[in-house]
Amino acid sequence: MNLVAWGSLDAFLTMGGYGLYVWGSFGITAVLMVLEPVLIRQRHRQALQQLAQELRAQEGDAASSPQQEPSVK
Amino acid sequence: MTRLNWFTFSSPATFYPLAGKCIPWLWAITALFGLSGLFIGFFVAPTDAVQGEGYRIIFVHVPASWMSMLIYLVMAGWAGAGLMFNTRLSYVMAQALAPTGALMAVLSLVTGSLWGKPMWGTWWIWDARLTSELILLFLYLGYMGLHASIDDTRRADKASAILALVGVVNVPIIYFSVKWWNTLHQGASVSLTKSPSMGQTMLLAMLLMTFCFWAYSMAVALIRARAMVLERERYTDWAQQLPEVRRGQA
Amino acid sequence: MNAVWSIVQRDLSLAARRRSEVLTLLFFFLVVTSLFPLGVGADPQLLNKIAPGVIWVCALLATMLGLQRLFAPDLADGSLEQMALVPSPLMGLVTGKILAHWVLCGLPLVVLAPLLGLMFGLPTDALWMLAWSLLLGTPVLSCIGAIGAALTLGVRQGGAMLSLLVLPLLIPVLIFGSGAVTAQLSGLEADGYISLLAALLLLSLTFAPWATAAALKIALE
Repeated sequence: MNLVAWGSLDAFLTMGGYGLYVWGSFGITAVLMVLEPVLIRQRHRQALQQLAQELRAQEGDAASSPQQEPSVK
Repeated sequence: MTRLNWFTFSSPATFYPLAGKCIPWLWAITALFGLSGLFIGFFVAPTDAVQGEGYRIIFVHVPASWMSMLIYLVMAGWAGAGLMFNTRLSYVMAQALAPTGALMAVLSLVTGSLWGKPMWGTWWIWDARLTSELILLFLYLGYMGLHASIDDTRRADKASAILALVGVVNVPIIYFSVKWWNTLHQGASVSLTKSPSMGQTMLLAMLLMTFCFWAYSMAVALIRARAMVLERERYTDWAQQLPEVRRGQA
Repeated sequence: MNAVWSIVQRDLSLAARRRSEVLTLLFFFLVVTSLFPLGVGADPQLLNKIAPGVIWVCALLATMLGLQRLFAPDLADGSLEQMALVPSPLMGLVTGKILAHWVLCGLPLVVLAPLLGLMFGLPTDALWMLAWSLLLGTPVLSCIGAIGAALTLGVRQGGAMLSLLVLPLLIPVLIFGSGAVTAQLSGLEADGYISLLAALLLLSLTFAPWATAAALKIALE
């Protein structure tokens, strides 16, 4: 395959005058495709934390009053 | 030989760890296809005769468009499965895919605008593809909005499932009508769809990027699905027995 | 068929006691359509060009208004649950409701639209085409709108959500309906558009009652 010779870094960045549009497109794509997983991971972690809290609360109840109902299946 | 139970992984308890194992592989595939696609797209694919370097936007625009449409189809598929089999995980998958599909639609519109501006002088063109993409975004927003506005999760799942199915039936009708509309109102004399006749390397880069976006969408959807499963199954034993949760306790 | 007819009669007689609702709808149609010449200026050529689209869009918006009252009153007084419980299939009853809705909200638009077309200076043949396209199109609006009304029943901000859901789905009707009138204005054949509108009508009459009934059952759970 023939590698495209960009001549200089400058040529690569300006993309023959279309630099703003090309890099703008790739830029926004990169930003959104990094942001989305980050936000989702956060949501996942929050869900885990809430679960841990729930568990602590339930076990706290069970410890303080031994005749409680067993936990939900 | 035990019979394969098709519904084995429709239980949230079995789905959760399985999805967890798949996700790193999907990220690896995303990186692999992404890097190779970008390499070929920028260092192998030649300059276009008509559009110069500006055409390279298609390496993100086209994958985003295809994904936005594919995800809607898959989403509607899961919605239909949920209605047919009454499996709550199907609804979760549909809900998990929607925001990613909407993101793809937004990306398609934004990159489409950025492509159109230098080529045809305006930030927005009412050509058939962009207009259909906009309407698809509306359908995504409607789906997500309906689910968000109904408090009862079960009802929200089923109602938005019906909406997704109605939408998926409408999509070809909408696309056809928009194409018709576009050809008769002579205002739009140019079309974003008349892309340059593709050289082989351009096509290769585009396909690689499409696979990259596809793996990305699956990874993100699975992470979101796992988060949603935890949120919905908060009071169950299996969720509370998860090692991650137990670890978080100490 | 008896069930369908009795539902139609019921809805029509209920509406007859509240004639103001139908009139409000018509006035809305009139007022919103009149906003456009005020907004874009009174240039006759411009008005001529935008008339089909504007009148059609305003018809869509007026229909959105009327849809909110399709199922909500019945849910409130308990008759919707009764309809779901009777031996008659819900789909048939829903068809009756859609038919009544069209008579009350769609047909008046068909009658009023040509008068509004005069405000935009449309010639007589275009006015006929406008009425004809709306006659075929408004039932589709009622059909697809009914699905949206059933899905958003009892939901908070139901009206806005209804419009958000239903309007994108109605874009083909809008395109073919206003396209027919535009074609007529340009002296071209409008037959293609009319056929497509008829096709959409048949399609929606076939599937909408079914989808609406399914959505109602979910709302009533």
